Amino acid sequence: MTMAKGSGDTSDLTELARRITALAGSGEQVEVYAARGRSTTVRAYEGEVESFKRGTSQGLGVRLVANGRQGFASAGTLDPDVAVETLAEARENASLAEPDEFVGLSEPDGVVAPDLVLLDPELHQLTDDQRVSYGLAVERAVLGRDPRVTGVRAAAFSDGWGEAAIVSTQGVDIWSDGGSCSVSVSPLAVDGDETQIGFAVDAARQPAALDIEAVGLEAIERAVEMIGAVKPESARLTAVLDKRVVASFMDIVAGTLSGDRVSRGRSPFAERLHETIGVPGLSLIDDGTDPESLSADVHDGEGLATRRNVLVDDGRLAMFLYHSASARRAATRSTGSALRGARSTPGVGVHSLSILPGDTGFDDLVSGVGEGVFIQRVNGLHSGVNSISGDLSVGVQGRMIRGGALAEPIREATIATTLQRLLLGINRIGSDVERLPGGTQSVSMSVDEISLSGT
Amino acid sequence: MIEQDVLERILAGAVSGGADFAEVYAEDKRSTSAGLDDGRVEQVTSGRDRGAGIRVVAGETTGFAYTSDLSEPGLAAAASAASAAASQGGGGVRKVLLTASAPHRPNSVEQDPDTVAKAAKVELLNRMNEAARSYGPEIVQVSAGYGDSRKKVLIANTDGVLTDDEVVRTLLRISAVADGDTGMQTGYQSMGHTIGFEVFNTVDVEELAREAARQAITKLKARPAPSGAMPVVIKHGTGGVLFHEACGHGLEADLIAKGASVYAGKVGEQVASPLVTLVDDGTMPGEWGTLGFDDEGHITQRNVLIEDGVLSDYMWDFLRARKEDRPQSGNGRRQSYQHLPMVRMTNTFVLDGPDDADDIVASTPNGVYVAKLGGGSVNTATGDFVFGMTEAYLIEDGKITEPLRDGNLIGNGPKVLQDIDMLANDFTMGSPGTCGKDGQGVPVGDGQPTLRVKSLTIGGTSS
Repeated sequence: MTMAKGSGDTSDLTELARRITALAGSGEQVEVYAARGRSTTVRAYEGEVESFKRGTSQGLGVRLVANGRQGFASAGTLDPDVAVETLAEARENASLAEPDEFVGLSEPDGVVAPDLVLLDPELHQLTDDQRVSYGLAVERAVLGRDPRVTGVRAAAFSDGWGEAAIVSTQGVDIWSDGGSCSVSVSPLAVDGDETQIGFAVDAARQPAALDIEAVGLEAIERAVEMIGAVKPESARLTAVLDKRVVASFMDIVAGTLSGDRVSRGRSPFAERLHETIGVPGLSLIDDGTDPESLSADVHDGEGLATRRNVLVDDGRLAMFLYHSASARRAATRSTGSALRGARSTPGVGVHSLSILPGDTGFDDLVSGVGEGVFIQRVNGLHSGVNSISGDLSVGVQGRMIRGGALAEPIREATIATTLQRLLLGINRIGSDVERLPGGTQSVSMSVDEISLSGT
Repeated sequence: MIEQDVLERILAGAVSGGADFAEVYAEDKRSTSAGLDDGRVEQVTSGRDRGAGIRVVAGETTGFAYTSDLSEPGLAAAASAASAAASQGGGGVRKVLLTASAPHRPNSVEQDPDTVAKAAKVELLNRMNEAARSYGPEIVQVSAGYGDSRKKVLIANTDGVLTDDEVVRTLLRISAVADGDTGMQTGYQSMGHTIGFEVFNTVDVEELAREAARQAITKLKARPAPSGAMPVVIKHGTGGVLFHEACGHGLEADLIAKGASVYAGKVGEQVASPLVTLVDDGTMPGEWGTLGFDDEGHITQRNVLIEDGVLSDYMWDFLRARKEDRPQSGNGRRQSYQHLPMVRMTNTFVLDGPDDADDIVASTPNGVYVAKLGGGSVNTATGDFVFGMTEAYLIEDGKITEPLRDGNLIGNGPKVLQDIDMLANDFTMGSPGTCGKDGQGVPVGDGQPTLRVKSLTIGGTSS
């Protein structure tokens, strides 16, 4: 377990979790997840504080397994009396589930947790005045630089920390904490009767690491570059995908590699283990231990150590991700991939995804395509991707590529393919590797046989 | 939840630093859910939440703090944090006198889900699983979920408002996977109402399950959707999300005020086909977006947003209405006590038109018929929006023919509203939705008759 203290006394969470766990009856497995967090958000508008929001939240989740049946109950408080009632509710809920031989809690597996410091002491020294000044600064960072930028839809600074303890009758007893802060801004750019919204965000473990000026410039660029965008003609062509778009798509791909989905027949890659599912050079790694990633974790949601999992290795599907129950179902071991909050049972997911870079610079990606499209933003991911059939169709904004160079901006268009074809259709992988604010490390790439729908 | 004299003291304290408005929003929520997957009820869960959010407004600045501690000291600490953020100094003693609003309960709950044995809830899932699996051998996987909740809300503010409300929700969903030569396909159905367990006296849960199974199996034969712009007919009760995205968000007064909507400055103008009358109504009994009071204590109401194609009004919350010195419209909503309210839709729908649904298809030589829509999203500044189709067919020679694979449609709100050239007389409400805005999700309803849009872009792969 981590001993990265920094948020004051942590023993009360662990104490509460231990006390409730000790109430397990004979033959019962009990796991208690106790968490608390505090967050502050300052929104700026027209040079003033539009809103200042602060809150402390608490959460308690109790999972109980008896006779192969699992029940769960949660509460938005750490009140000890409520905690006892929550255990009783979990017990009642378990009695209503049907037995499942694979259900159950995690068993400590001896994997050593990474030594990560996820809470920077500087975060705790932030004053409210500083928070306000960061919030005002990020709005200021987009004003007065381009005559077309008339104001913002939103400009905000947020910071927060959280801590969590997990204790179980199976020997799990861990505690960890973490914190981060972020600035974001969405400026409005107006030209005639056309308005475009830009957006940029930066996140870090301490405020000094936030690059507010860069956020401002990026947000402005993203707003003004879309001015005059036109609806393109429908065509099948090669697309260069911006690294943010690649990150969105690869997150979805990684989601389909959940062992839970695989064992329930809900993944398009279920039967493909050790087979080639992508082009040579495509490697996807989920590494929750990466200290550079804001989404790194010391433990997973069942208290097991996070680890480095190579999902796709040079185009070959190398493994699926598992939490304890899905691992038992597949007769394998947990990969430390349980994700959860206090209020829900663990699911299987990615901690921090990396797409390994290739050797083509961005400009060469574009010139190599010749005639095609550069996709900068996608929307409608939740409605346009079917992660079971693999069908993918999303709204896009970007630029046409003509004569090997970026040309006119486009809007009101979609691109479509399938997840399966996407991975095999990758033409070149960019060398422009970047850690995105969400934690994903991504690169741009060009992909063949993409259907662009417009007029 | 909190005594009236405590509320009065907390509110008076919150404005003692010179703020001009303070509000307490308190909630107490209990929920139960059950999930079935892979043939068995895997899990039953329950949850509870209790807490208060305190908002203090001074001029243009809002301070907000929330707490799960509803004792007077707990509330006072949150009030102090909220007012410190909003305070402009000065101040003085101001007495707050609350007057309780008359109850407004659009929903009548006959059978509180709390009084129903959890075993009866679990049984619904087993029935659905059975019905979906026996629909056809192609069905290889079924997951189903049941959920209910009861939320008590208490709202008081320095204008003297004191309201309490109670919202009961009951929800059922099912997803079926079919396997065939061309891979796997999915079907999905859901139903949700702001009433109690009595809803299952009238809803046929087996039919819901068979419908999901039918959808999945039908799509096994689906061909790739076309790519490009063409006429689209949208089946009644499935396309409300189109209006939610094409213009609903753009009619929210907070986005209007910031110049982030294509509909700013358009009141009184013809913004849609004369066929279109768009209403947002938080009072429809039993619907998913229905509330007695909005989350600022304002009574919900029926608001006509577009009448015969002419934009008549936007939707308003407390802050925006105050700024424009006009009445609120009952559209101030929040996800929970941990969130600030903002302008949101409730149940948003288009009224019946003159046409017959069959005639609409018959008079469309070629196009796409959308029988079920998924979610959507919109860029309110440009009006461009996308929404997913999860069951769709080609229309050839005025007839519905082959099924199509899933995809997104994309259009521009103002243009699509003008392009609605046929509207049927078969209005129904759709399935329950969750609308996301600025990181908050709230339950919303939608509805519409069968309609045709002259031209929408289908995001398929087939040229």
